[in-house]
Amino acid sequence: MEILVLLKQTFDTEAKVTVKDGRVVDDDVTLVINPYDEYAVEEALKIREAAGGTVTVVSVGTDRVDEALRRALAMGADEAVAIEPPADADEYAVASLLAAWAKGRSFDLILAGNVSVDTGAGQTALRVAEILELPHVAAAVKVEIAGGKATVHRDAEGDTEVVEVSLPTLITAQQGLNEPRYPSVPGIMKAKRKQIARVAPADLGVDLTPRTAVTSVYQATQNRRNRMISGTAEEQARELVQLLRSEAKVV
Amino acid sequence: MARNILVVAEVRNGALRPVSFECIAAGRTIAEGGSVTAVLLGQADVDGSELIARGADRVLVAKGDYLKEYTPDGWLGALQQVYLAEKPDVVLMGHTGIGRDLLPRFAMRNAAGMISDAIAVKVEGDQVVFTRPIYAGKAYVTQVITGGLIVATIRPNNVAALEADAGRSGDVVQSEAAPVDLRTVVKEVVRQAATGVDLTAAKIVVAGGRGVKSAEGFRPLYELAEVLGAAVGASRAAADAGFCDYALQIGQTGKTVTPDLYIACGISGAIQHLAGMSASKVIVAINKDPEAPIFKVADYGIVGDLFEVVPHLTREFKALLG
Repeated sequence: MEILVLLKQTFDTEAKVTVKDGRVVDDDVTLVINPYDEYAVEEALKIREAAGGTVTVVSVGTDRVDEALRRALAMGADEAVAIEPPADADEYAVASLLAAWAKGRSFDLILAGNVSVDTGAGQTALRVAEILELPHVAAAVKVEIAGGKATVHRDAEGDTEVVEVSLPTLITAQQGLNEPRYPSVPGIMKAKRKQIARVAPADLGVDLTPRTAVTSVYQATQNRRNRMISGTAEEQARELVQLLRSEAKVV
Repeated sequence: MARNILVVAEVRNGALRPVSFECIAAGRTIAEGGSVTAVLLGQADVDGSELIARGADRVLVAKGDYLKEYTPDGWLGALQQVYLAEKPDVVLMGHTGIGRDLLPRFAMRNAAGMISDAIAVKVEGDQVVFTRPIYAGKAYVTQVITGGLIVATIRPNNVAALEADAGRSGDVVQSEAAPVDLRTVVKEVVRQAATGVDLTAAKIVVAGGRGVKSAEGFRPLYELAEVLGAAVGASRAAADAGFCDYALQIGQTGKTVTPDLYIACGISGAIQHLAGMSASKVIVAINKDPEAPIFKVADYGIVGDLFEVVPHLTREFKALLG
């Protein structure tokens, strides 16, 4: 089983987001594997442990992405590939790069996160499936591989759909799929010795013209009433209901 | 600059989804004299004239047995047929489970850019400018498509739908969609027993955190939700502790919600949770700890035991709403 994991490095979800000079400042921010992609890495490792094969992780990112790839290697991935990001890359450009790299490498299974916690667009993996003409199943909470097929339980707005698909396919990970392992000490040592392959966008020969442009970035300021309601539980409940009706007008 | 708009309308539990009306309204604001066409994929038994009343000029119904339930291949194949026949300038859909699954592939099939999860759209000069959250709402961007087809999903509850106008008229055209190979097969759908209100589209959300203490502790929240017609959500702490399913989780990992009213019960207000709900219109916090950060983002705060306050709230709302 040859498995590819599409991985993005993102801010730690506990990190504060600061906008300065029209961009999000990332200088002092802890970067991690996008949590949904970490589920994808874990699932890839579990499938490899059961079925054999290799797990390759690929990411489009600057030098800092090595840290995330190294962690995936330490978790147990076999190979890691970093593709240099072109300027102003959007989902179209990133997906084009990932798909161009994956093309012809005949993976049985491509796993990725359902969405990244930074842009939250959730486009890239599905675009990769489209370029590679693979079927996809998104938002998986359970994956079973047997007999050249995947049976996937997916989150469909709270309902669970059980979907069957033949390999090769692309599956995206939803929260609840698994509990990602922590890298072991031997895993970390082994990962340190591994090479991360670097690929330049020009080597992949695809159109990288972004289709979208960000015209401004800003931080929301919320004006909240911050009104505290006192009294007994019953009095508090009564006053709150009155305020929600007469002042906030939401019920 | 006139633009022709195609809105992919959606049906859930037999009724058109409000977000489809919101997409039509968004389409109207950017059409600038162009037409707004709504398309229903496989939902031939739904009354399409409601889409006209909500601002569409015409409705296309693509019929086909393979479209009755959503599959990526089926719906994408049918949508592409409609797209090639209509050649709209803009394709819009709700940022729903189906919208986010379908439109990225549709955009890629047409080598187009896409804006996901837009909360506002307007015209500036000759450009269509979308506003969308990043980092689950810790910041926002305005974003444009630099050329060619515009594809976007619109977040439920953010763009106001147009009032239904029964006086509007327009054609509802049915046609047979050409068959498509389906590579994924839906074997089974397990419906959640919960309130049945979709969390991301709900007008009111009642959410529980660590303070709910157990799965059983969610019961008073469900009772309140039922009276309000609300969806029930949870913080990561509650999901991690096993009090509820991860499908309920609201936050930077988990779902982002923007209801009219958010009632946080026993939720401390970690940054990662605030990211998923802080754009709600009105926020109520109920927490034992007066220092809990959730109170800083709340419109109304109650320091108290949720197990005492919430049942009283349920009674009060029941009395109010009859």
